[in-house]
Amino acid sequence: MNQYTDGLVVVLKRDCPTCTLLEPVYGELAGSGAPLLVISQDDPTFPESIVGVVDDVDLERSYRLDIETVPTLIRMEGGNEVARRIGWHRDEWRELTGLESLGEGLPDYRPGCGSMSVEPGVSEILAVRFGDTKIAARRISVAPLEDEIEACFERGWSDGLPVVPPTEVRVVRMLSGTTREPDEVIGSMPPNLVPCTVEKVAINAVMAGCKPEYLPVVLAAVEAALIPAFCMHGLLCTTHFAGPMVIVNGPMAKAVGMNSGGNALGQGNRANATIGRALQLIIRNVGGGVPGGIDRATLGNPGKYTYCFAEDESDPHWAPLAVERGMADGASAVTLYAAEGLLGNFDQLSRTPESLTRSLALSLRAVGHPKKANAHDALIVLSPEHFRIYREAGWSKAQTLEAFDEALRLPGCELVRGAGGVAEGIPEHLVTETVSKFRAGGLNIVRAGGIAGLMSGIVGGWGASGERGSELVTKEIGT
Amino acid sequence: MRDNVVLLDPTAESTPAKRERVVPPSSLGGLTIGLLDIGKARGNVFLDQLEAGMVARGLNVRRYAKPTNTKVAPVAVAQAIATECDIVVEALSD
Repeated sequence: MNQYTDGLVVVLKRDCPTCTLLEPVYGELAGSGAPLLVISQDDPTFPESIVGVVDDVDLERSYRLDIETVPTLIRMEGGNEVARRIGWHRDEWRELTGLESLGEGLPDYRPGCGSMSVEPGVSEILAVRFGDTKIAARRISVAPLEDEIEACFERGWSDGLPVVPPTEVRVVRMLSGTTREPDEVIGSMPPNLVPCTVEKVAINAVMAGCKPEYLPVVLAAVEAALIPAFCMHGLLCTTHFAGPMVIVNGPMAKAVGMNSGGNALGQGNRANATIGRALQLIIRNVGGGVPGGIDRATLGNPGKYTYCFAEDESDPHWAPLAVERGMADGASAVTLYAAEGLLGNFDQLSRTPESLTRSLALSLRAVGHPKKANAHDALIVLSPEHFRIYREAGWSKAQTLEAFDEALRLPGCELVRGAGGVAEGIPEHLVTETVSKFRAGGLNIVRAGGIAGLMSGIVGGWGASGERGSELVTKEIGT
Repeated sequence: MRDNVVLLDPTAESTPAKRERVVPPSSLGGLTIGLLDIGKARGNVFLDQLEAGMVARGLNVRRYAKPTNTKVAPVAVAQAIATECDIVVEALSD
């Protein structure tokens, strides 16, 4: 089928007022003697003036002809389309058909209606049924009596929570969220160093519950995870608590509805929840990083299900994290951080930046271990009410970080092994030194949270922070 | 009845699509063997014989039973077998 002889093709549907208005036109076309094929999307008894209307209820012809609007008039020559007119424009139809009095008495112009083949959700189904989706993944057939969500569990594809079954239609829909080709290789996914394609990212994004518009963010997060400085392989293998945290900056965060406000690090926002989860599923399913296998975490942390939020960029007084890290102002980007769980700092009384810095520094001393230094990085998730104290005092972000550096220079005598009756600590030879809690660049600040609450979050980093392990990495979000 | 649902493999496809069977043990020594009576006539006779033979060989045997052959095993029975046994022999009959 779908071989067309020379002549005219009209694609229409009864449900379209323009199509029904043109009933006399179809009769004129048929009466002209020119070869005519009329294709009806919803009712092969329409138009009644035409004998042998082609039934296209399954929309295969409409899909293959790439019909977006009905009526559409096409001229075929030598089996190929040579001209097309969309909707009803009398002069255009007369010009294409060569019939100078066609549609006399009818309105000059009517736009027509949307083709049933491009209704929401339909085009992907037709692409799977009739087209080439370019998807190469192995097809796995699940028997009628088998629950497909249970099937995903049984095949080991889940992080422990139900996943959305990755049907081809859903994956095609997901791929519509990116301009990139399904077979493009993003990189080698650890730990098995398997080539990870856009298609595999899309499949796992479906399973995580992402919407198609999240896919560019997920792709950027995967690309960031594969930057060698992030050391995803080591982060996965470690016995430490840490896993990848995804921080999203720029207009894309708002565009996809991410939460940077109240409960930003908690549950309840689909984009936050599923983008972070997609990255973890990709590591698990494509890379083969499975807890108890290569993932040797002693305890892990709840963020290894998903750990993703947007920065609150509503106050321009401080540059967003991504801009601070070299992205252009206005660009969208993800920053990945090797993060363990959250420690709250509940300071209700500090009203000066000096006091608040010293207060937060007390919590920061506990990162990794209160007697360790220059090992773990840290991230402060600064709430709006705490941020206001710095802003109202006119402190810049750089000035604030300098103050933290000063507040976190610690006397070695308190930290050395054995001090305070605790065996853990820094080497004894540092007993007379002053040591910095964090390496240069090892402390970062990002803003998020609800407008009420004099409290901020401290997120400790991996025990192997910095060049010997993981560093923050930032990747611009593409399309 | 609906048709099969076709899913796209999210993995690196380095393992077979069909789940692999557990490799049988090379020896039964030291393992706990579950004998499951599915509740159909004379299945118990077969299992009694099997149990006697296994016990005579010094093997560890535990008996389990489904209330009825018409339904899948209750969760408690399945969990008991999974947590207490290394292998299971299911006695079909007819």
